[in-house]
Amino acid sequence: MRNTWILAKRELSGYFATPVAYVFLFFYLALMGFLTFYVTGYYERGVADLQPFFALHPWLYLFLIPAISMRLWAEERKSGTIELLMTLPISLGEAVMGKFLAAWLFSGIALLLTFPMWMTVNFLGAPDNGVILASYIGSFLLAGGYLALGSFLSAITKNQVIAFVLTFVVGLLLVLSGTPLVLEFARQFAPDVIVDSLRSFSFLTHMNAIGSGVIEVRSVAFFASLIAACLAACVVTLDLKKAS
Amino acid sequence: MIEIQNLTKEFGPLRVVDSITFTVKKGEVLGFLGPNGAGKSTTMKMLTGFLAPTAGKARICGHDIESEPMQAKRKLGYLPEGAPAYTDMTPAAYLDFIADIRGLSGATKAARIAAVVKQVHLDQVLHQPIETLSKGFKRRVGLAQAIIHDPEVLVLDEPTDGLDPNQKFEVRQLIRSMAKDKAIVLSTHILEEVEAVCTRAIIIAKGKVLFDGTPEALSARGPLDEVFRKITTGDRVAAS
Repeated sequence: MRNTWILAKRELSGYFATPVAYVFLFFYLALMGFLTFYVTGYYERGVADLQPFFALHPWLYLFLIPAISMRLWAEERKSGTIELLMTLPISLGEAVMGKFLAAWLFSGIALLLTFPMWMTVNFLGAPDNGVILASYIGSFLLAGGYLALGSFLSAITKNQVIAFVLTFVVGLLLVLSGTPLVLEFARQFAPDVIVDSLRSFSFLTHMNAIGSGVIEVRSVAFFASLIAACLAACVVTLDLKKAS
Repeated sequence: MIEIQNLTKEFGPLRVVDSITFTVKKGEVLGFLGPNGAGKSTTMKMLTGFLAPTAGKARICGHDIESEPMQAKRKLGYLPEGAPAYTDMTPAAYLDFIADIRGLSGATKAARIAAVVKQVHLDQVLHQPIETLSKGFKRRVGLAQAIIHDPEVLVLDEPTDGLDPNQKFEVRQLIRSMAKDKAIVLSTHILEEVEAVCTRAIIIAKGKVLFDGTPEALSARGPLDEVFRKITTGDRVAAS
């Protein structure tokens, strides 16, 4: 646990040691703000809530999360620091956890910096702040699940571009599997069990559930098990092919 | 303190390290010589627990690197080939991080960092990002990282590669000064380095040990580079 925290601290300070973190945060916030206010018709709705804003998250994360996660292990491999890390007295599990936590905290910082949204909506009207809080937690969980997936996919290559594209594609599948388009299509030939499990694997389903203000055990369990499974896969992958 | 027993590594059909056996005692500096691709780095990667051997054992201070990796790694300082480091950090932050992972804290940590910074002369670049440093300084950061916890066993993969003659001299002096109470293995393809710092030399080629003896025994056979060429390209020479 101590090692995990030391590594997470180093990683997190690593983000801010280069312009990468600032460029990322700038585009994250600019994109979130622009899309919410100009594309979703936020003002025209005349409703004081942040629903259009949170509805964007699963889609925006498709680009933003792989941008964070692609370098996690691919860069360690490429620069050779993986050899250093793996010969220090730190277990593989601690290392995977530490790097993941740093990435998750970073995405949490980005999310927290969207607080002007929350201030705006409270200035304009009287939104249900409980729902907003639940949505923030949901978005954070979604980011965690997706980052864990990205961390695993980053471990199988030393090329950051490949890691980005893989994470994007798998993420896209996981978001799309909850859209009516895919579900209706599947319903034509697949039994209900398949359609239901397809839906239950989707990021969208769980985000919508949480976005309505209810944090369901089901959704929390989904993201928690996604994180656990992906990090375990990451450990196994690294153990099998550390050097290649 | 270092025991290697029939260590073997195969990558697919290729046998890179072929049943190597040797031990290194406290106070010994073992020079690991061989042409490029001889298996020097692979042997070191197995000894330090980065690569799992196909067969054989490696022990550090009695701890098997595979079954007790944590205990073994704690006793070990390692400079990997090319001295990789987190280059966006400054040497100060980097050494602080390594010291944390090595379990140092408080006054001990500060004292150890100050000591290694002095030993490898890093004081003037302590607060510059590592990526902006010259090759020589990068190598010294790697060395500082390896000795920060004053390990009993030190494994250095080409510690003087890329250094200028003065820096090479200093690093060799540093290694000699630490040799008394450590077991040190270093790889090199600079032959005079063996005479300068090592108490023992092993020559390997194609994964096999071809010579194991003192540098004096090696140089007694004639000019070093000729002997080296004869051993690594010719037949097996009886170890002295």
